[in-house]
Amino acid sequence: MATTGTPGNITQAHSTGTKGGIGESTLRPDGTLKVTGEFAYSSDMWHEDMLWGHTLRSTVAHAEIRSIDTSEALATSGVYAVLTYDDLPAAMKNYGLEIKDTPVLAHGKVRHHGEPVALVAADHPETARRAAAKIRIDYVDLPVVTDEVSATAPGAPLVHENRDDHHMAHAPHPNIVHRQPIVRGDANAAAARADVIVSGEYVFGMQDQAFLGPESGLAVPAEDGGVDLYIATQWLHSDLGQIAPVLGLPEEKIRMTLAGVGGAFGGREDLSMQIHACLLALRTGKPVKIVYNRFESFFGHVHRHPAKLWYEHGATRDGRLTHMRCRIVLDGGAYASASPAVVGNASSLAVGPYVIDDVDIEALALYTNNPPCGAMRGFGAVQACFAYEAQMDKLAAKLDMDPVELRRLNAMEQGSVLPTGQVVDSPAPVAELLRRVKAMPMPPEQQWVTTEGADVRALPGGLSNTTHGEGVVRGVGYAVGLKNVGFSEGFDDYSTARVRLEVLAGQPVVTVHTAMAEVGQGGVTVHAQIARTELGVTQVTIHPADTQVGSAGSTSASRQTYVTGGAVKNACEAVREKALELGRVRFGTYHPAWATAELLLEGGKVVTDGGEVLANLADVLGTDAIDLELEWRHRPTEPFHPHTGQGNGHVQYSFAAHRAVVEVDTELGLVKVVELACAQDVGKALNPLSVLGQIQGGTTQGLGVAVMEEILVDPKTAKVRNPSFTDYLIPTILDTPTIPVDVLELADEHAPYGLRGIGEAPTLSSTPAVLSAIRAATGLELNRTPVRPEHLTGTSPTS
Amino acid sequence: MRVNFTVNGRKQEADDVWEGESLLYVLRERMGLPGSKNACEQGECGSCTVRLDGVPVCSCLVAAGQAEGREIVTVEGLADYAKHRDDEHPGGGCAGGGCGTSLDAAKRWQAMPHDSQSGEQGTELSPIQQAFIDAGAVQCGFCTPGLLVAADEMLEHTPSPTDADIREALSGNLCRCTGYEKILDAVRLAAARQDEVV
Repeated sequence: MATTGTPGNITQAHSTGTKGGIGESTLRPDGTLKVTGEFAYSSDMWHEDMLWGHTLRSTVAHAEIRSIDTSEALATSGVYAVLTYDDLPAAMKNYGLEIKDTPVLAHGKVRHHGEPVALVAADHPETARRAAAKIRIDYVDLPVVTDEVSATAPGAPLVHENRDDHHMAHAPHPNIVHRQPIVRGDANAAAARADVIVSGEYVFGMQDQAFLGPESGLAVPAEDGGVDLYIATQWLHSDLGQIAPVLGLPEEKIRMTLAGVGGAFGGREDLSMQIHACLLALRTGKPVKIVYNRFESFFGHVHRHPAKLWYEHGATRDGRLTHMRCRIVLDGGAYASASPAVVGNASSLAVGPYVIDDVDIEALALYTNNPPCGAMRGFGAVQACFAYEAQMDKLAAKLDMDPVELRRLNAMEQGSVLPTGQVVDSPAPVAELLRRVKAMPMPPEQQWVTTEGADVRALPGGLSNTTHGEGVVRGVGYAVGLKNVGFSEGFDDYSTARVRLEVLAGQPVVTVHTAMAEVGQGGVTVHAQIARTELGVTQVTIHPADTQVGSAGSTSASRQTYVTGGAVKNACEAVREKALELGRVRFGTYHPAWATAELLLEGGKVVTDGGEVLANLADVLGTDAIDLELEWRHRPTEPFHPHTGQGNGHVQYSFAAHRAVVEVDTELGLVKVVELACAQDVGKALNPLSVLGQIQGGTTQGLGVAVMEEILVDPKTAKVRNPSFTDYLIPTILDTPTIPVDVLELADEHAPYGLRGIGEAPTLSSTPAVLSAIRAATGLELNRTPVRPEHLTGTSPTS
Repeated sequence: MRVNFTVNGRKQEADDVWEGESLLYVLRERMGLPGSKNACEQGECGSCTVRLDGVPVCSCLVAAGQAEGREIVTVEGLADYAKHRDDEHPGGGCAGGGCGTSLDAAKRWQAMPHDSQSGEQGTELSPIQQAFIDAGAVQCGFCTPGLLVAADEMLEHTPSPTDADIREALSGNLCRCTGYEKILDAVRLAAARQDEVV
């Protein structure tokens, strides 16, 4: 005990709590640095005597590498190192999130366009680029597989000749990464009871995360033979576990610190330049920085799986769904990445937020020579939602019912059973969200009309001045979606938080240290709010995220506020108990309430639940610091049965509904999304301002894939045709409408504070809502996303 | 080659600049001003927007040599720049619109000294910077510097913008996180606060 004494000079009664706790729209702690340009993103890192790394990537999709000649590149003035597969230092030469099938540098063959083949370190980025261009590679082209037919045809080339991963056992073909059937009830018998049946085939294009901050980082060789890596990622410890075996170093010799992350959306779950920068730094003995430009970024990360989906729904005359059958084929590209988990999501969420007792579902992911696909916001649930919501509209039309009414009639609710047999044991306000989004005020008709005439900026075609309103028709569409929160299928989904409470300059101060990747979502804001709420201390410092503390898991699957937030809450509670113990020892003899009352920490004081102030927290702590690191887990899940798909695979669900209002210039096939309203249940809004930001941002990404976003891959050569922001379009402020949001807070009793993961759900339903509205405006079937002008003007059948 | 220019009110020279280097590269890697961002390096995303003699440009598309003898304002100098403008035109902007900053005015402008080593806050935030924080317009923040420079310039010309004006002015700046709604809120907020001053 460093100090003893009386509780000090306390006169006032119960404080009114601590400012900046949960439920408030507290501002970001990194906001000022970000608006002044001082926030250090991974591409801003700089070190004295630093070199620049560059990656040479394959110009072909599938080829045998006969030889690589690096001599001319090495002889270039200013070049310090040129590395190929032969220079890899350890026996392990591949990495991967689950299946270690991705080569650090291509060996023997390349399997997709843009695969890394060689690395260069030089004293100027342009020197590195020019030297890389001097590397001679002798390729012998191999035939490409690009879709299900070519990948599974007899004699089809195998993307991976010698697979030995554990998904092989249930994959019907070596070019199928993973397959998950889900069978419940008897879809055949139920189909016989249907009065109407609708079916459709849907195509979902390849979407890119298009985070703005390019892949980048700085590796600094250390005196102990290890390396310090400053990096933008979504999960430091997952990276570390993949980097160490390839470098042949123990994990403790690789110290990783999160550098500023310019968005992620799933695209930073896989490694990009991490190992490359470390290899170059260790070889040259100098710090090496790698920054991708946008062209390289399109090759440097996985994309959202493009998909082909076949769906059949039946219903009785009064609109009750009888059965659903579907088959979802996801293109995983050349390497597995997160494909197995994406298949698990696509299959288990394939039915959407509806009650259907009799289902027959199959989802699978292919290995092809297309660009590798993996995690992106919505993760397998997005593609399914696009199809089942199109089906709902089709069914409503056939039954001559209101499409929202049909959805509400079949909406799942608390207690419903999913196709996996899992019972939904928290609020599932699907019908309520639909009611709310429908009840929101509509934007005015002919919103482009001003007192001066038509404001062309508000019309389809915008500033291009393609119309003044003639030929423009309006449509309204609805959609709702179901997304899981957190990692599923038995994954040990834990997080770690270290919380330190001490007195500095006479005031109690909290430091929260986790390895959570802040990628823009606002986790750092929320952690400070949780600490203030639990410890009653205003001043909270968020320690930089690094590998000096236990894993926080990934910033993905809408899980960080839930899981790492839960860990911070848990650690704070343990610290609070310690502080109160300390108080009892020091001051317990002065006031009986220390032993008898329920005690809280509020406003820097120890108070009883009756509001009596017992002590200043600063006096309780004195010169002692309480410092605890704890792991926290949500309740466990289990794998889906490989043949029936049964199992309690998910921990929590997230729901959002959208209403889209569009105007279409039917002559030119141009679309203006006028408004995209959203209603979402967030369980508990820990930071209402951030909640809106997530919902509006997710909605906009869904809008993007509805009308413009697609990576185009040549079906003959498997080469990417549009790796730039000139040709891959993401919504600008002119393309993005007003996004009014109605937030519902129905607590999930199983989650910390009742919260619900929010980041992904709005990405699901926004795409089908826009498609539904365009169909309503044009009367066209439109079974493909994104919708392009040629689909609206009848100049192209579907794609 | 050597390039002489003025950045955020200070005379600077950059030596050994390779002819193909962009102004963005020189600012970030030679001047130690990484605030202007490198998101596409082909003039599509607006993350690297700076003012060149008062005119907003994508600094990735400006060859370093083109900056010879000219005035550049980056996000790092935005607060000082806005303060100076306020001194010249209290309340910001010009009634009737279209006054902006003349080439002459841009050349006369000098930033206040700012010593980041001493830890002293050199200046307050500009109104648009503060509004971005207050409105929740910053998420990952990578687009923010470019948007701030573009929005500040727009408010200079159009102190009371309509939503359509804001959208048009910021249509060259991509944001992937926010859905733009909070960015609109921020610009409206900055414009309203500007009005209050008048």
